[in-house]
Amino acid sequence: MDNRQKEIDNLKDYKYGFSTDIESTRAPKGLSEEVIKFISNIKKEPQWMLDFRLKAFERFKQLKEPEWQKPKYPKIDYQDLYYYSAPKSMDDKPKSLDELDPKLLETYKKLGIPLQEQARLNGIAVDAVFDSVSVATTFREELSKLGIIFCPISEAIQNHPELVKKYLGSVIPTTDHFFATLNSAVFTDGSFAYIPEGVRCPMELSTYFRINATNTGQFERTLIVADKGSYVSYLEGCTAPMRDENQLHAANVELIALDDAEIKYSTVQNWYPGDKDGKGGIYNFVTKRGLCKGINSKISWTQVETGSAITWKYPSCILKGDNSVGEFYSIAITNNHQKADTGTKMIHLGKNTKSKIISKGISAGFSDMTYRGLVDISSKASNSNNYTQCDSLLMGNKCGAHTVPYIKNKNSESNIAHEATTSKISEEQLHYCQQRGLNAEEAVGLIVNGFCKEVLQQLPMEFAVEAQKLVGISLEGSVG
Amino acid sequence: MKEQLRKDFDNIIKNLSLSQRDTEIKQFYLDNFINKGFPNRRDENWKFSDLNQIIKKNIGELSFYNDYTATNKVDTSVFVDGLEHNKIVFINGRIEKIDFDYEKKDQIEIIDKSETINKFNNNNSLSDLNNAFTNKSFKILVKNGYQLVKPLIIYHTTNSNIWSKSINLRLDFELCKDSSLRLIDLYNDTSEKNFLNIFYNFDLKENAVLKNYKVDKLENKNIKYSFNNIEQDKNSISETFILSSGSNFFKNEINCNLKGGYSSAFVNGILSLNNDKHHEIRTIINHLTENTKSYQLIKSVLDDNSKSVYQGKIFVNSEAQKTDGYQLSKAILLNKDSEFNAKPELEIYADDVKCSHGSASGSLSEDSIFYLMSRGLNYQQSRELLINGFLLDVVEKITDSEIKNLLKNMIGIKE
Repeated sequence: MDNRQKEIDNLKDYKYGFSTDIESTRAPKGLSEEVIKFISNIKKEPQWMLDFRLKAFERFKQLKEPEWQKPKYPKIDYQDLYYYSAPKSMDDKPKSLDELDPKLLETYKKLGIPLQEQARLNGIAVDAVFDSVSVATTFREELSKLGIIFCPISEAIQNHPELVKKYLGSVIPTTDHFFATLNSAVFTDGSFAYIPEGVRCPMELSTYFRINATNTGQFERTLIVADKGSYVSYLEGCTAPMRDENQLHAANVELIALDDAEIKYSTVQNWYPGDKDGKGGIYNFVTKRGLCKGINSKISWTQVETGSAITWKYPSCILKGDNSVGEFYSIAITNNHQKADTGTKMIHLGKNTKSKIISKGISAGFSDMTYRGLVDISSKASNSNNYTQCDSLLMGNKCGAHTVPYIKNKNSESNIAHEATTSKISEEQLHYCQQRGLNAEEAVGLIVNGFCKEVLQQLPMEFAVEAQKLVGISLEGSVG
Repeated sequence: MKEQLRKDFDNIIKNLSLSQRDTEIKQFYLDNFINKGFPNRRDENWKFSDLNQIIKKNIGELSFYNDYTATNKVDTSVFVDGLEHNKIVFINGRIEKIDFDYEKKDQIEIIDKSETINKFNNNNSLSDLNNAFTNKSFKILVKNGYQLVKPLIIYHTTNSNIWSKSINLRLDFELCKDSSLRLIDLYNDTSEKNFLNIFYNFDLKENAVLKNYKVDKLENKNIKYSFNNIEQDKNSISETFILSSGSNFFKNEINCNLKGGYSSAFVNGILSLNNDKHHEIRTIINHLTENTKSYQLIKSVLDDNSKSVYQGKIFVNSEAQKTDGYQLSKAILLNKDSEFNAKPELEIYADDVKCSHGSASGSLSEDSIFYLMSRGLNYQQSRELLINGFLLDVVEKITDSEIKNLLKNMIGIKE
């Protein structure tokens, strides 16, 4: 018991350690070498990490912000941002649930999120938080028994430099595109997971159980390495609406699967989408890329994207190892003035590689949804297969749904099949449901859930139920 | 290239008797082209076919001046046998002959439009090049209610008198209410290493029917670009068939604006390639009003080192409810060095629509070959039969039986 109390105390110190003096732990405004050195210094990073950041920054200076994407946004002044600030002190946070927006509480209720969890999400200091800390500790013990490393990436840089050094930037190099490079230069924290050879991770790893998850900031970096023959399922985000004062989120996620390893990465994203008129809301510009490095490896992305004013991301798989498999399951729902430009890239390099893409897009209100994807089978990837299906559902004539697939086949022994449809919910279906006593909104929720079923099935149990409700809630007010 | 362009341009202007204003317009387009140069892969539309590189590699330096004062002898042996038809003959880019022998003379008007240049709705630099260098341009107007008795064949002939030249052509067609036209473009090239840049504009009024068949069958080493702009009014129908096979490089672009209710557009294409050929079909179908339809079917058979590209876009704006838009592209890769790229795109702003696209590529099915071989065919025969059937599907879409048979014979597809 003593030991446990000590550990909790330690964690407590860690969690609130920065908050003694806000001003001193905030980097000066703007982006410069000094700011990067400041971040690196405050995190007590070794020299190689600082070099990594500076190299990325050198490259960043030469890059131009991309503008080919569909959703346009007002220009971001990168010198007008704070790139590092310590977690908020308790004084700034709401004291109890009563202080929260009643609308938010209503949504929680609909999703069935327990009270303690509601409090935790909003950073309210209640005893319940200690509960979750202890839960986290138990999980940690169980994981470490198996040799699984699961910790904040800043801790991993200190404690497991050999792993981080080897894999960080190996899938998303410092010379990548604009936002990824920006992240490489200034990332503040994120998750690190390493699954040793032959281990099957017994539980879903989730940022839920990683202690300081609420304060990873706007430039998050995640690195997951699955060693030979291992398996891991990772959950990111949660169904509850998340508010954040940072408008720009440019996270990088790197996955590496070695021989016979499998990584399953599930995301539910429900950041603040802005109000009904499209004011405010988060820009979610994320780079996610997985490398199937070894033979027989597998990476599977599942995402449910309902939040953010602009979602702009393409979780990709590089199928380098022979017989490797890449999968992408996606639901993107946009309502009001939200915009999403999302899809995937499947790059087949190894022999006998397979990929599957199922994308479901639903747009309502004044929103715009784009599926943009690439399937590239290189000349060496003999006997490879791809199957792509992207369906879009439109509600109303003020919204848009677009499909922009790029298909490249350089190998005659490989097959690519792609199909896409766009349609609306038919009057017959609605009528049928309403006849049986559902109101219009419930009917739409039911039909949309059926439309998304193929993807929802891929989610781990913990997420699936909530995600189903979320699909219905996201479309509230879009009919009638 | 800049000096060459300016020099050739001055030479052309000298030969033409243009008004001050027209010269200035041409000069404006020339400057535009000089600024932009040939399109390269940085242009999204030319992502898969870098024309700048292709011209550099296949032709090298181009010259833009052609002497159009001397006439060329029309070689009647290239004319299509067994099908009575009207003719327009281009030889090395010069119009040698326009004859509508089979038609009522007062129903068709041929208007010389050389002196007025109307801007094309195509913002790539090739339209600038075309505007700057086209020296003779006609508009063919089919009057109200007249349906041409015989098809019109446009012969695009080039011979060995030209080398490393850029040839620019331009034709306008206006099909008045209730009229119809069947048009075959036939490419006969015995020249090598030239760049043909062809722009057509079709204006289809109410109930008009246009059937356009583009046939590039003869082996040649030329680089070609063709752009069809089709404007469609109420109830009009356009049908475009493309056989893309003979040239070293050929990019066919179709831009179709469905502006009137119940108008429909059909685009069918075959890309049958071997050696180092590289062909592309790019279509943009704009559904701008209610109750419009479009169908596209593009099939490729690729051997050796060849490469085919299909970029198709269906655009539906928010007024265009009840739109049907379909697109299908399929490719068979026969050789491990062949390559197929596709970008089938949907951009939809209306909800009551049915739109879909499909794309598939792969090798010939070994199972099907086995099936045929087990019934006594040899490998070669089985392969041919399968490819034949694959392509026949597209040819069968041709709605004019006379021309369908002609094309079947030309391609060598058996039923």
